[in-house]
Amino acid sequence: MAGVPSKLRYRPFNLGRWLTWGLTALVMVVLPQIFTQGYAITLMSQMGIMIVFALSYNMLLGQGGMLSFGHAVYSGLGAYVAVHILNLAGAGKIWMPLSLLPLVGGLGGAFFGVLFGYVTTKRAGTTFAMITLGIAVLVDTWATMSRAFFGGEQGVSTDRVIGKPFLGITYGPGVQVYYLIAVWCLVSMALMYAWSHTPLGRIANAVRDNPERAEFIGYDTQRVRWFTLIISAFFAGISGGLSTINFEIVTPDVVSLSASGGVLLATFIGGIGFFFGPILGAVVFSFFAVALSNYTNAWQFYLGLFFVLMVMYAPGGIASIIVMQLQLIARKRFWRIAPHYLAAGASGLVLLAALILTVEMTYQLSENSANGTVMNLFGVNFDCAKALPWAVAVGLWIVGGILFNLARQRVARVWGEIQTELLQARA
Amino acid sequence: MEFFVISLLNGVSYGLLLFMLSSGLTLIFSLMGVLNFAHAAFYMMGAYAAYSLGLKIGFFPALILAPLVVGLLGALVERYGLRTVHPYGHVAELLFTFGLAYLIDEIVKVGWGLTAVPFRVPAALHGPLFTVYATEFPKMRGFMMLVALLMLLAVYLLVTRTRIGLVIQAALTHPHMAEALGHNVPRVFMLVFGGGTALAGLAGVIGGVAFITSPSMADSLVPIMFVVVVVGGMVSLAGSFLASLLIGLIQSFAIGLDWSLGGLLDALGVAVNAHTPLYSLLKLQLSAVAPTLPYLLLVLMLIFRPKGLLGTRAD
Amino acid sequence: MNAHALELKAVSKSFGNTAIIRGVDLAIAQGERHALIGPNGAGKSTLFNLISGRYPVSGGKILLNGDSITGLKPFEINRKGLSRSFQITNIFQRMSVFENLRCAVLWSLGYKYSFWHQLKELKDANRSAEEVMEAIGLKGRRDTPAGVLSYAEQRALEIGITIAGGAGVILLDEPTAGMSRTETADAVELIRKVSQGKTLIMVEHDMGVIFDLADRISVLVYGELIASDKPENIRGNQAVQEAYLGTEAH
Ligand SMILES: Nc1ncnc2c1ncn2[C@@H]1O[C@H](COP(=O)(O)OP(=O)(O)OP(=O)(O)O)[C@@H](O)[C@H]1O
Ligand SMILES: [Mg+2]
Repeated sequence: MAGVPSKLRYRPFNLGRWLTWGLTALVMVVLPQIFTQGYAITLMSQMGIMIVFALSYNMLLGQGGMLSFGHAVYSGLGAYVAVHILNLAGAGKIWMPLSLLPLVGGLGGAFFGVLFGYVTTKRAGTTFAMITLGIAVLVDTWATMSRAFFGGEQGVSTDRVIGKPFLGITYGPGVQVYYLIAVWCLVSMALMYAWSHTPLGRIANAVRDNPERAEFIGYDTQRVRWFTLIISAFFAGISGGLSTINFEIVTPDVVSLSASGGVLLATFIGGIGFFFGPILGAVVFSFFAVALSNYTNAWQFYLGLFFVLMVMYAPGGIASIIVMQLQLIARKRFWRIAPHYLAAGASGLVLLAALILTVEMTYQLSENSANGTVMNLFGVNFDCAKALPWAVAVGLWIVGGILFNLARQRVARVWGEIQTELLQARA
Repeated sequence: MEFFVISLLNGVSYGLLLFMLSSGLTLIFSLMGVLNFAHAAFYMMGAYAAYSLGLKIGFFPALILAPLVVGLLGALVERYGLRTVHPYGHVAELLFTFGLAYLIDEIVKVGWGLTAVPFRVPAALHGPLFTVYATEFPKMRGFMMLVALLMLLAVYLLVTRTRIGLVIQAALTHPHMAEALGHNVPRVFMLVFGGGTALAGLAGVIGGVAFITSPSMADSLVPIMFVVVVVGGMVSLAGSFLASLLIGLIQSFAIGLDWSLGGLLDALGVAVNAHTPLYSLLKLQLSAVAPTLPYLLLVLMLIFRPKGLLGTRAD
Repeated sequence: MNAHALELKAVSKSFGNTAIIRGVDLAIAQGERHALIGPNGAGKSTLFNLISGRYPVSGGKILLNGDSITGLKPFEINRKGLSRSFQITNIFQRMSVFENLRCAVLWSLGYKYSFWHQLKELKDANRSAEEVMEAIGLKGRRDTPAGVLSYAEQRALEIGITIAGGAGVILLDEPTAGMSRTETADAVELIRKVSQGKTLIMVEHDMGVIFDLADRISVLVYGELIASDKPENIRGNQAVQEAYLGTEAH
């Protein structure tokens, strides 16, 4: 392997890989021992579900280059299949241990992947995106029309405590469900990682990058996309099965366009270019959706803004930002730029405060006005009908804007300097 | 006969409204290659802007002003948003407009609340325009058709009689030339994006006042709009005009018809009752599945005739 | 095997109203090294596109080892043992050199759409990819993304991807175009080496390369074959002199 200095490439060696997986598992085991509140367990459970979902979505978007607006069709239908099977098992009509229910969801997802995927994967690119949108709307409409399978507006509810306890595990308490989710999450992560190193996974990359050439080395690109989608739908279905267990209810919302949009947001924010990107994205997304939504009704606004900013300024997502910093650290240049990061971060916080203040006050005035105009933000009580808080907001915008712009220019300059240095060092 | 005339009028007026939306979308796509996911969001912005402006200056001035405001915002979005993303390619642009749609939805919720606002038909447009047999055809619907036709005329004149119109025409017929133009005339992009979103804004004013002005008014339109441009062939204004009318008519006729597969079998002499296999499917009435028809059309179209009705360009 | 490796029968192609290929008949024996020459725009690449299934023919038949491949898709033709390179480099830009080559051997080794094998355990695939990499002289660039290779290296990789699958019939479209003298010499050696025991059809403008490599030469002018013969006979052919060599050759 002469020629290319191996330091230039980011390639985790095997020991590192074992360490990474071991640590991930350890974190998953230990977390609920530290954060024992029911609320934290809920958050972590949802993160686990979302991780599986986002990783499955990235098999399409990141690995296969397929932008789908309807991935929730597979997780959602998987959830429905799972809930019906669980109800049958609960009624004693079939034998089905709860621990294996996610697999049922996965098979359900894969089944619909075979069905719908055959249609959608005939084409690629923008056309693929639009067909998925069409299918998603069809399924969504179907869900609101058909009572038998989808249970109408209320959906289908269930009880996850079935059969006799096994080793004291009933799956009644949330923490037991968390561990079930954690196990499935870890297994799914490992399998999806393994998938990216199989012939099909690699050819999916090839079809993403150059579909025409792939046809001339023997591959039917439609098949490659289809099979990739089926496997992706399988894992999406597993996440659906997990959510059935977690929430004990499945409503038509699970197949909605907004659910599909959510996973797209999560995956992209995390970063589609690296395997671990969607994991980060799922964590951030769940944090927005579960934690932040307790504090503000405008959480989707913040999420949307975050997403748009990412598309504009960091299309590689959080993962690529992290990897870039790791490369700087590896080449001993990080500390030179760190102070400027700090400055940008601090002034960014001022801007964030300005944003939050503006948004929350607007929201109070429009939607929440029935509760008066007095509100509380960060522990401070004030009346948003008065001029002062607005003046503060404007002040924060101006100060933050100026400072941030200065810091941003510094960061850009130093970054440029470092890059030229590294290039020269290579030559 | 009555059913036919009313459905026809409703279908045509709804189709014209769709055309107001899809014409801008088609223009933007054909010139810039950007499938503007946020187009329906601009439509919604038009409705809300007109509502808020209307409270101060009255409906008719707002009808003019609101689309201009929306168009200005659209131009700014192009200048400071899309242009940044452009180098990353079409998927990035699609993602950007997707995020933008999401964001505008949320802005509307933050700014105007989660429930519908009382954006009412102005007094001048109350009441029926004429009556067909026993059914009244509202003035508002007539006004909708009038505005759409005026807009059609204006766009036609703009495209055929002005310099920028010539550039747009060239781009429509020679997509590669549009690409070549791409780097030389960003101003044209900004104008087209602004203009296209202004058209969406105008449609929004009309649609908002005729139907409802709420944060969900855009949701159902996103896919419908895509159906129209896809069926219309993506880059053809005439095609999207035909497709708009087609979708409008399908919608309005299907809603009024209680045909079902079971009924068809019955008519063919096959007895259908609750014990027939697939009964629940057979008894589904056309009126019940009407909302799904356009999407079915979309999916079929994309698979079998991706060029669209009149289109010439695949993919 | 008595059948011709490749046989074209009255193959024609029109784009719209313009006939680009007008009734080409050609038979190429097993193991032959055949050069296809002709002025710019004669339709050489188009003919390759027809043979490899990139475009459908407008008329005529194409046989590979005696079986018809007319109307088949590119991947079907490839699976039957015909592989081609492109005049304009057509590689997987974002993948490393090694990955490019490994992708190219997967199908023929029978791994197809497998999602139950781990790539790094596929000894045969990895070995084939390494061998091809060695043969095309890109061993030192194993982990470099294909997109950042030099032009000549990309051309070599283009050939590597084409031959990696072990196809018996190989079409190379201007493999040495745009190369320097030494690069061309290297490429000729490479082609000679990798086409050992295979049937080779090559579009080429460099007469030195052609007379060096080819067993037979066909001359395509305005979509028609005006000659198909041994190099020494082509050199003396009056029609070819007028149509082609007279204007272009040195
Ligand atoms: N897809 C196509 N659509 C329309 N015309 C085409 C198409 N592909 C090729 N042509 C035309 O066919 C003719 C032959 O092109 P071709 O690329 O086969 O020539 P060539 O012999 O390979 O030339 P060169 O030596 O320049 O590579 C040209 O006039 C070209 O414009
Ligand atoms: Mg050529």
